[in-house]
Amino acid sequence: MAEVIENKQNGVLTAKEFVSGQEVRWCPGCGDYSILKQMQSVLPQLGVSKEDIVFISGIGCSSRFPYYLDTFGMHSIHGRAPAIASGLKSTRPELSVWVITGDGDALSIGGNHIIHSLRRNFDINVLMFNNEIYGLTKGQYSPTSPVKKVTKSTPFGSLDHPFNPLALVLGADGTFVARAMDRDPKHLQQMILRAHQHKGTSFLEVYQNCNIFNDGAFFSFTEKDVKKKHTLFLEEGQPLVFGENEEKGVKLDGFTPVIVDLDSTSKNELWIHDEKDYIKSTILSRFFEDPSVEGNFPRPFGVFYVKERNTYEDEICNQVEQMLTVKGKGDLDKLIAGNETWVIE
Amino acid sequence: MKVTEEKDNVVIKFAGDSGDGMQLVGSQFTNNTALFGNDLGTFPDFPAEIRAPQGTLPGVSGFQIHFGNAEIYTPGDTYDVLVAMNSAALKANLDNLRKGGIIIANTSGFDSKNLRLAGYEESPLEDGQLQDYELYRIDVTKITREALKENGLGMRDKDRSKNMFVLGFIYWLFDRDPQNTLNFLERKFSKLPDVLDANVKALKAGYNFGNITEAFSVKYRVKPAKMPAGTYRSINGNPAMAMGIISAGVKSGLQVFYGTYPITPASDILHELARHKNYNIKTYQAEDEIAAVCAAIGASYGGNIGVTGTSGPGLALKSEAMGLAVMLELPLVVLDIQRAGPSTGLPTKTEQADLLQAFYGRNGECPMPIIAASTPSSCFEVAFEAVRIALEHMTPVLVLSDGYIANGAEPWKFPKADELAEIKVNIQTKPNDDKFMPYQRDERLVRNWAVPGHSGLEHRIGGLEKEDVTGNVSYDPENHEKMVKIREQKVENIANYIPDQEIEIGPEKGDVLVLGWGSTFGGIKSAVKELNDAGYKVSHAHLRYIKPFPKNLGELMGNFKKVLVPEINNGQLIRIIRDKYLVPAVAFNKIKGVPITKKEITDEVKKLIEE
Repeated sequence: MAEVIENKQNGVLTAKEFVSGQEVRWCPGCGDYSILKQMQSVLPQLGVSKEDIVFISGIGCSSRFPYYLDTFGMHSIHGRAPAIASGLKSTRPELSVWVITGDGDALSIGGNHIIHSLRRNFDINVLMFNNEIYGLTKGQYSPTSPVKKVTKSTPFGSLDHPFNPLALVLGADGTFVARAMDRDPKHLQQMILRAHQHKGTSFLEVYQNCNIFNDGAFFSFTEKDVKKKHTLFLEEGQPLVFGENEEKGVKLDGFTPVIVDLDSTSKNELWIHDEKDYIKSTILSRFFEDPSVEGNFPRPFGVFYVKERNTYEDEICNQVEQMLTVKGKGDLDKLIAGNETWVIE
Repeated sequence: MKVTEEKDNVVIKFAGDSGDGMQLVGSQFTNNTALFGNDLGTFPDFPAEIRAPQGTLPGVSGFQIHFGNAEIYTPGDTYDVLVAMNSAALKANLDNLRKGGIIIANTSGFDSKNLRLAGYEESPLEDGQLQDYELYRIDVTKITREALKENGLGMRDKDRSKNMFVLGFIYWLFDRDPQNTLNFLERKFSKLPDVLDANVKALKAGYNFGNITEAFSVKYRVKPAKMPAGTYRSINGNPAMAMGIISAGVKSGLQVFYGTYPITPASDILHELARHKNYNIKTYQAEDEIAAVCAAIGASYGGNIGVTGTSGPGLALKSEAMGLAVMLELPLVVLDIQRAGPSTGLPTKTEQADLLQAFYGRNGECPMPIIAASTPSSCFEVAFEAVRIALEHMTPVLVLSDGYIANGAEPWKFPKADELAEIKVNIQTKPNDDKFMPYQRDERLVRNWAVPGHSGLEHRIGGLEKEDVTGNVSYDPENHEKMVKIREQKVENIANYIPDQEIEIGPEKGDVLVLGWGSTFGGIKSAVKELNDAGYKVSHAHLRYIKPFPKNLGELMGNFKKVLVPEINNGQLIRIIRDKYLVPAVAFNKIKGVPITKKEITDEVKKLIEE
């Protein structure tokens, strides 16, 4: 992973060259710092020139991200980054386009754009920083906050049933669906790289700690002492194993997942992760219980699902090419004159 | 013995149920009239529902055409001929038929059910109430069925050809060759031989019906108009808008990206553009209005010309994104084909009530140039001009049209591609100095355009306030005020690059200046012409550039004792005019979803002069 790939024009790039001059203004201790750092480490490995990379964000703490990267970038308006990316990618398919968004930006105000971007399958990478809170507006509940969450706008607890983001993404026919966390840098780097490598809309949810307004929301998954108990790291072709000493596994009884002890069950009987299996990925996305509930399923991290499907920008370009073949290059005089003309002497 | 009577100009109204095919009849007669060489103006008028309740007044769909042997500026105030396919069509339109006018009534549309639905107790065809008109009763349904006896289609499908019977009869009545419609039918139904046969037979049956029926002894003839020499075509506003966009794309050498969401009456622009992908154009039907404008901004950011089109409700949804484009200082064209509002309003009726929304309807100090089309063919020039301003001045531009212009048609002496000006595009490919400054400006205050893909120009832009020159985020109070002023001045500077306001018709000094914008053009011009002929010192000026105004506008208005501003709204341009020039302009407003007529304007001007 640490190896640096030769870049097409600029020669060898390093993480440092992707650091913009702007002072980073996130709160000290914010999970965003780690995500930025991992991104700066991965970008030199993509084999893409700096000038061909564009970061587009919406509004929210996460959406300041483009300012801190020395690529092309646009900090746009709330929820609309995927829509802006759709026009850019349709007309400049050769660019590497990244959308940086948050749980409120992507799933609340921008919910419509996210699902339509997924079904159209532009070759863009969407990183959704999920901190289950509105940070920039100083602490209201978000569409991913759990029910009963007490925040400034819900002093008696939130009434909203939250989104399960990856289930939503799978429901919208997302073609690359993955989850990572701010506090596992190596895994996060791998996921960013995989998101880039996939041709189609890659949706990477990143659990990100907001240490000011929602500190510890994901500690069950991110902190050393409990992480192994509550998380399941998915690896292609490998059995679903978890637990402090990897002593537990998941097997499928028909379509029903069952947690088993590896003392009594052989690894051969376990569910083998298959990124191309849509049904299994939807079951995995439903491993979404509160980790404090007894006997809960571990929260999966890694790539849930990958599917090859034509991208929108390829299709829109193909159609233009096809029309050029069928009709030839447009003749403006013919167009303006239309079918019927007459002459007045 | 048939007699042919000469007429200078004629107004026909075709009216029927919204499923009767009156729009097709109207557009075919329009093309035929144009090819024949008359000048013309049209006004299609249809319900918002695709098939409104049959036989009822709200279900009436109409098409009005005014044609003549001299210049025609409007679809006409009153009709000379009313074609009524049913009772409701008669009832809805009779008020506008001039006394002595011709009524052609389809008698099978006056059965007891149709009469009841239209609210007639007795048949107006029988009870003598139409004695002031020349009434022709034709059982169109029956004769069409008779003519199609041999045709293999079912009865319902046969009945759908009755609009062609009517068209054929009207062709006979106005001494026209129906060949262009026969060609059209051949093209349209080449794969449906039975349907083609039915339509052709019905058309011919209608034509022959006039010829052989003794009741019809008079035909009419309107000689071709004496129009400036050149090659002409018939054009509607929306297709003209689409062609203007395409032409500007070709002349700028840039790819056009049209992001939009279907909305009446703007959708036809999408339909037209989607057919012409071989002109370096991509069309994108987005998930909503906001996505449509944002996608266009994304395309512009990538170095293309992003265009979005909508109507009033959609313009409201796009406001925030237009503000982003103002802040980013990227080229963008926003087409607003206005309709009657507020909210959903009257979707198929015309209004000019989005001007203040266009002017002020965004958060913060958010100036955008505004230009307005006035006739169907002017949509071409306005769209082209909007792209030019957007690209040359690095700004989003708003174009205002409306349903009346969008769906109306007129003959157009169209330009040759060579005659269209090249549009200068200045995309920067290398940094000037060591470090690229995205908000460095030239003498017009226009910033550099650096698009992804050029090494050394990597930079970040966004909706947060920019520091002058560097484009970095800045919360500095002095800088904010400076940037607000710069953005305003940049738009005002466009006045140096547009033509002076001219007087359309009338003297340079006089009693009243009628100042209009948009689709009131024809009504005002014909009214002022009539007033001039009658000796009144009245002139007409019509604004294309509304922000910024042409530099000489204040001076031009100063040459008249009074300024009258007729608008199809509750008074919008007039507020801006009064605010900017402190002139005591007088408003004339009509907000009924229909155009202002010549007579309404002449009356108003006379009243003003007599005051």
